[in-house]
Amino acid sequence: MAEQTAPPVIREQPGPAKPDAAVVRDALGVGVAVGLSGFAFGVTAAGSGLSLLQTCALSLLVFTGASQFALVGALAAGGNPFTAAAGAFFLGTRNAFYGLRLSQLLALPRAVRPFAAHWVIDETTAVALAQPTRRAVRLGFTVTGLTLYVLWNLTTLLGALGAEAIGDTAAWGLDAAGPAVFLALLAPMLRTTTERATAGIAVLLGLGLLPVLPAGVPVLVAALAAPAVLWAQGRRAAAREKREDAR
Amino acid sequence: MNPTTVWIAIGLTVVGCYLVKLLGLLVPAETLERPVVRRLAALMPVALLAALTAQQTFSAQGSLVIDARAAGVAAAAVALVLRAPFLVVVGAAVAVTAGVRALGG
Repeated sequence: MAEQTAPPVIREQPGPAKPDAAVVRDALGVGVAVGLSGFAFGVTAAGSGLSLLQTCALSLLVFTGASQFALVGALAAGGNPFTAAAGAFFLGTRNAFYGLRLSQLLALPRAVRPFAAHWVIDETTAVALAQPTRRAVRLGFTVTGLTLYVLWNLTTLLGALGAEAIGDTAAWGLDAAGPAVFLALLAPMLRTTTERATAGIAVLLGLGLLPVLPAGVPVLVAALAAPAVLWAQGRRAAAREKREDAR
Repeated sequence: MNPTTVWIAIGLTVVGCYLVKLLGLLVPAETLERPVVRRLAALMPVALLAALTAQQTFSAQGSLVIDARAAGVAAAAVALVLRAPFLVVVGAAVAVTAGVRALGG
């Protein structure tokens, strides 16, 4: 569930109008494709030992895929509820930056914002930001949000029921769905050396600390790869400036 | 898994994830616009997802293992390089993992 990492730049000038049908088509394409992957979440959550009610509550109330998968993975690994929730929370913080962009583009009345907030995720942001006019932005956001919400929850339910019906989900290879989803979310983010270095350090920290720290904690420590890489980058940039000044 | 533990984790995640979504829509844009905050917010998911992918591929009950999941995730990586759609990527991981297990791997 990640079309983009860095929040895109807002266009200053509204473009020409786009037919509503074209906006709806774009929105449905994204909503249906991603909404169906709620199935993988339902199977993973139920296979990890969550009840049907717990699995469905996550999709209904959290509704941000990466955080949901992270929470289930951490709980399955034996993490305590606080470290498990912390990982899910940190993955969800990017949605705040999507909201910043969307609040200007959607220009919603304050009373509507608490409801719209639930749908502020990677996909709705990607579709909304691609639209040329305010009308198209609102239409794209709403259609993507509605389609994805309905399908994501429906397929979560089906996946959880399916997992309960087949029993041992590992025998069917379904325990590989979680990491595959994470990899699919991660891949488009690995564009520059900065991202690749961060990912590499995070993998080393996550795996290296796994045998020595309590479950859930290594992932949180691995998240420190992000500030560490930014800090190292800042130091290198400062050193380069100094050298150039000395010349 | 202890149901109470799970419900606590779910409750915390629900509240936390909703509040950050709402925060973005409510705060004035300048508040979170500092470049370092934006860079960090873009880079944090990279670190978390990388660590989570590695752990869920190579860990079992708190120790490092290499089993059929590694083959499945490798298949997912190949599918990603070939620009396969999301569902195909996940499907490849599941199918290859099941296949390797069926062959006794």
